[in-house]
Amino acid sequence: MKYRSVFDIIGPVMVGPSSSHTAGPVRIGQIARRLFDAQPEKIVVRLYGSFAETYKGHASDVAVVGGILNYETDDPRIPDSLFKAKELGIDVSFVKEDAVPEHPNTMEITLSRGDDNIDIAAISIGGGVVRITKLNGFPLKLSGENPAILIFHKDAYGAIAGVASTLAANKINISGMDVSRIEKGDIALMTIETDQPVSDNLINAITKKENILRVITLSE
Amino acid sequence: MFKNVQELVQQAEDQNKKLYEIMIEQEVELTEKSREEVISRMAKQYQVMKNSAVKGLEGVTSYSGMTGGDAKKMDAYIKNGDILTDSTLLKAVSYAISINEVNASMGLICASPTAGSSGVLPAVVLALQDKLGMDDEMTMMHLFTAGAFGFVIANNAFISGAAGGCQAEIGSASAMAAAAAVEMAGGTPTQAAHAMALALKNMLGLTCDPLAGLVEVPCIKRNAAGASNAIMAAEMALAGIETKVPWDEVISAMYNIGLAMPVTLRETSLAGLAVTETGKMWKEKLL
Repeated sequence: MKYRSVFDIIGPVMVGPSSSHTAGPVRIGQIARRLFDAQPEKIVVRLYGSFAETYKGHASDVAVVGGILNYETDDPRIPDSLFKAKELGIDVSFVKEDAVPEHPNTMEITLSRGDDNIDIAAISIGGGVVRITKLNGFPLKLSGENPAILIFHKDAYGAIAGVASTLAANKINISGMDVSRIEKGDIALMTIETDQPVSDNLINAITKKENILRVITLSE
Repeated sequence: MFKNVQELVQQAEDQNKKLYEIMIEQEVELTEKSREEVISRMAKQYQVMKNSAVKGLEGVTSYSGMTGGDAKKMDAYIKNGDILTDSTLLKAVSYAISINEVNASMGLICASPTAGSSGVLPAVVLALQDKLGMDDEMTMMHLFTAGAFGFVIANNAFISGAAGGCQAEIGSASAMAAAAAVEMAGGTPTQAAHAMALALKNMLGLTCDPLAGLVEVPCIKRNAAGASNAIMAAEMALAGIETKVPWDEVISAMYNIGLAMPVTLRETSLAGLAVTETGKMWKEKLL
């Protein structure tokens, strides 16, 4: 089911002009920021399909940067987000891509700060509802609506079971789980959406486990 | 849980409940929020709708400068009193234009189901509220009625212009508004479903080809068309007229047409109105 709540249909309350091209990019920007968990020094946004053709007119550019600055979809500061980013010393660039994407509203965002960076791909499926489809090249499906933990790990026996048992021991219920990898036996990405938020202590415990490389959290 | 219109109507008829009740119950069940939380959130959406419906009547200009001021003209025309049809219909037209002008000015609106189509549902509901003398609390409940049909359309077809053309946006909004109008007028769940299907059928095949890719031309006036179409469909359903093609089959048809629609006519501004001489001129000027 693509839409679960009546407020996906009657909503969001937002600054215009487009739910898929303005509110959607705000939400994509917010999720990117939450995944990166810091104010970036550099933002690169690559736009595909309908986004590439119409992003300026729909204010998708100010919207996605507004989201990265943690603005909500109804924040009146959205139209001025590019000025704000400049004021904060953030280098922002937009690249119009010619490739035809699987979904017509696709964008990729790279956030970086020093040596730290994150790459996401996202789609805006309509009515302001979005999905993150890739993280650092690994395919995933993330709505951003539930707390989630994203774990890069070695594709080895026991890695997944180890994380699941730690969560279970701490009474965290898993509402959705997905594992993806680019090559067998190499690195894999485990995406776990949970009903309850996961504490920092628990994240530290998971990070120290065998075969775990990097843990990224997405709180509510 | 209802997956299609048939199940939605069946549940309402079997339990002798309003359609909005079925939607509220499902929302409570699926999102684990309390009934009070769900209703109070909808009351907020309703308030945003109401503010945007009157804000544009004072005259606003779009972010691009391409459009604005038409809701004000419509409002003055109605107040002048020398009108051809009926003030309820024309009030809906003026609210629809107002909300979408506010949207184009980057003002605050409530998407329903999208921003480009955000004028249709509030316009119909607010014009009928005036006509029926209904209070805010009761009027607001019918946004759940509209939401129930939108929920089915969104999950079985699409609601974005980039995916399915304007039929998926204004078409869906008009269908949702028609159903809400019937329930507001005291019609049955079955009649509401017929109104939904009658309204959607009239909007099938509509493309999304706005000038310079902006949610302005033809979107703003098409909100007025969607609102008028919804009122007409509701009146037909209340008169006892039924759709020949069953409810859920009409939604499937919208989906099939959207899949067959070339990408040039799905919010890319590569065909239709967008590439007329005037369309190209605006694109040159604004982008």
